[in-house]
Amino acid sequence: MEQVFPALATIVIGVGGCVGYFWASNLVLDRVIFPARGPKAGQNTSRANMLRPWLFLLPALLALGLYLAYPVFATAWLSLNRNTGGELAFVGLDNYRAMFAEAKFRESLRNNLLWLVVVPALSTGLGLMVAQLTDRIRWGNLAKSLIFMPMAISFVGASVIWKLIYDTREAGQAQIGLLNALWLRFEGGVWSTILLRALPALLLLGLAGVLAWLLWGQVGALARARLAGRVLRGPGMALGAWLVWVALSWAWGAATAQLPYGQPQFWLQIPFWNNFFLMAVLVWLQTGFAMVILSAALRGVPEETVEAAILDGANPFQIFFRIKVPQIMGTIVVVWTTITITVLKVFDIVRAMTGGQQETQVLANYMYDKLFVAVDWGVGSAAAMVILALVTPILVWNVWTARREMR
Amino acid sequence: MADLVLRKVAKSYGEIRVLQDIDLDIRTGELIVFVGPSGCGKSTLLRMIAGLERISGGDLLIDGVRMNDVPPAQRGIAMVFQSYALYPHMTVRDNMGFALALAKKPRAEIAAAVERAARILQLTPYLDRLPKALSGGQRQRVAIGRAIVRDPKVYLFDEPLSNLDAALRVATRIEIAQLKEAMPQSTMIYVTHDQVEAMTLASRIVVLAGGGIAQVGSPLELYERPETEFVAQFIGSPAMNLLPGEVAATGTETLVRLEGGGVARSAVPTAAADLGLKVNVGVRPEDFHETEGEAIHAGAVAVTEALGEVTLLHFRPSGERTAVVAKLPGIRAGLRHRRVQLSADPAKVHLFAGGRSLLYR
Repeated sequence: MEQVFPALATIVIGVGGCVGYFWASNLVLDRVIFPARGPKAGQNTSRANMLRPWLFLLPALLALGLYLAYPVFATAWLSLNRNTGGELAFVGLDNYRAMFAEAKFRESLRNNLLWLVVVPALSTGLGLMVAQLTDRIRWGNLAKSLIFMPMAISFVGASVIWKLIYDTREAGQAQIGLLNALWLRFEGGVWSTILLRALPALLLLGLAGVLAWLLWGQVGALARARLAGRVLRGPGMALGAWLVWVALSWAWGAATAQLPYGQPQFWLQIPFWNNFFLMAVLVWLQTGFAMVILSAALRGVPEETVEAAILDGANPFQIFFRIKVPQIMGTIVVVWTTITITVLKVFDIVRAMTGGQQETQVLANYMYDKLFVAVDWGVGSAAAMVILALVTPILVWNVWTARREMR
Repeated sequence: MADLVLRKVAKSYGEIRVLQDIDLDIRTGELIVFVGPSGCGKSTLLRMIAGLERISGGDLLIDGVRMNDVPPAQRGIAMVFQSYALYPHMTVRDNMGFALALAKKPRAEIAAAVERAARILQLTPYLDRLPKALSGGQRQRVAIGRAIVRDPKVYLFDEPLSNLDAALRVATRIEIAQLKEAMPQSTMIYVTHDQVEAMTLASRIVVLAGGGIAQVGSPLELYERPETEFVAQFIGSPAMNLLPGEVAATGTETLVRLEGGGVARSAVPTAAADLGLKVNVGVRPEDFHETEGEAIHAGAVAVTEALGEVTLLHFRPSGERTAVVAKLPGIRAGLRHRRVQLSADPAKVHLFAGGRSLLYR
């Protein structure tokens, strides 16, 4: 109880202080600085009106400056110094050099890139799919509520839930982890082959096919494009070709892998793949967000354009991909970039589930480890600057697209 | 170029019947206009022909082929929407060529069809613009162009001019009329609530009311020989005056003694058996003229509206009947509060009994 009263007092003082500030500063402006009387009454009124927004914004600007802008510059400065017994010594880019030389940092960078590709794509894609599929059915709203619900769970809470799903007990004991319980149902028979070999291999082949088809469409565009277009498209197409190769080799891997049937798996300790088990948590959390925003955007697509497309002979897929999706592309970009920013900052999930062990380190957790575990301010700040450098362009793009959407 | 036939077509949403027993024969090259009060189902009927609404009963035949269950794109129709329904993310060129691109037509053919339609509609300079960079009238032309490119058997227009301002509406109306003239073999169905559009564009007008067809006919037929009181009052503005009375003399010319005290002579023939029949005498405001002698209506003018070429006289309503309106040529503002006697040429006096014209017995 003794914590409640200070909390209440803080709220009262805080809100009262704000109201008091606005009231008092407004009074001072109108009565003392630019009084609306005397020979300059008109001029004073317009000056007071010009000043008033800044007066009211001042507390917020000061607070944001102190808690957001100042730390950015302080961190940038810290990243160029070494902290030796409380004394700062300027070392130039040494911290960055040390950091890039570290295997754990390169691992975080690689993992962050993986997260960056997989999570926004899956969340936005699934969200869009759910939004479209639930649009016209009676129990669509129920389905949407269920998919949206994880949004209300904190990252740490979600991590605990999923840690239980991935939980492992010794062979012979009852598996309390959902994934192992399912895994142990497979014992290498026909169904195991179909579900665990053929299906994933086919899905990956399909993905490779789609990518190759998209790439083929771009080949013609590349031939027609001007020099600048070729320079821009070239690397994108190289990336696409690489993704096709990856998908094909994974399909081969999925079809031929020797699966250890009957043995409970330590899911979070399988190198490389454990990253995907962590990503599943964030996808589960973010799909609801993507779905809600995209569902609203899909409702905003004029029904007549869909009807016109029906008359033009478009099938449901063409209506979705060539009429609806292009019209909500701005919203898709906003959702995608918003999730991308969340992904770049991902910390809680990794911290709570693996602590960055077994090759699951990500930048934010790396930064935390350096700053607060190893107490190496220099390298920790350098890691923070790397995250900032990665987030900033996406943030700018996000805000720019969102503003354009609003107009 | 197509004949379109509706046989006993009906539409219902669950228990609610919106349209029933719609029978209509539309011949190649006609421009049919559907008019009617809002909620009469005219847009629904058009959307049923387009295939956007299911047909609950009856048959739709295009060139003799039953189309009820044929997908919209294969019916050989193209539709121009009230809101234009342009694809906002595509250029004018892609908007117009979309149907052909979906049909996997060769690029050269699509380009040629789009260029041709753009030339007809004077859209060539705008082909690479997005719809948002076009004015309302240009967007409307793109919507029409999208229909032309498909070279359909039947064009459907759903209130295509109602989103345009008054001046542009007149200009686009004339453009549509010229377009129709340039394509004499195309069949067009046009929905509007605007009488002027209906009267000027239509080769035949279909008046829809109460879930069915009230009358089908050429604009002048509907104006001169309305079948029902509803059609009589719906076509023409201000609406036709209806004055209750009783048949007093029959023959090739009918004499009606009116409840308001006047006497009306009508060229509608009646038989001896009609003597004493309760009828409504219909006179259009513009068919009234001033008279010194026998009058259909006499009374004090309550309000005058001088429109320049004509003056509208509104008479004070007597009893529960609606106010009589007359339209006299020229500026006659001086008639306000004065007593005026009105008569009309017997050839232009309509007789209705039980809501139906005595001409169509």
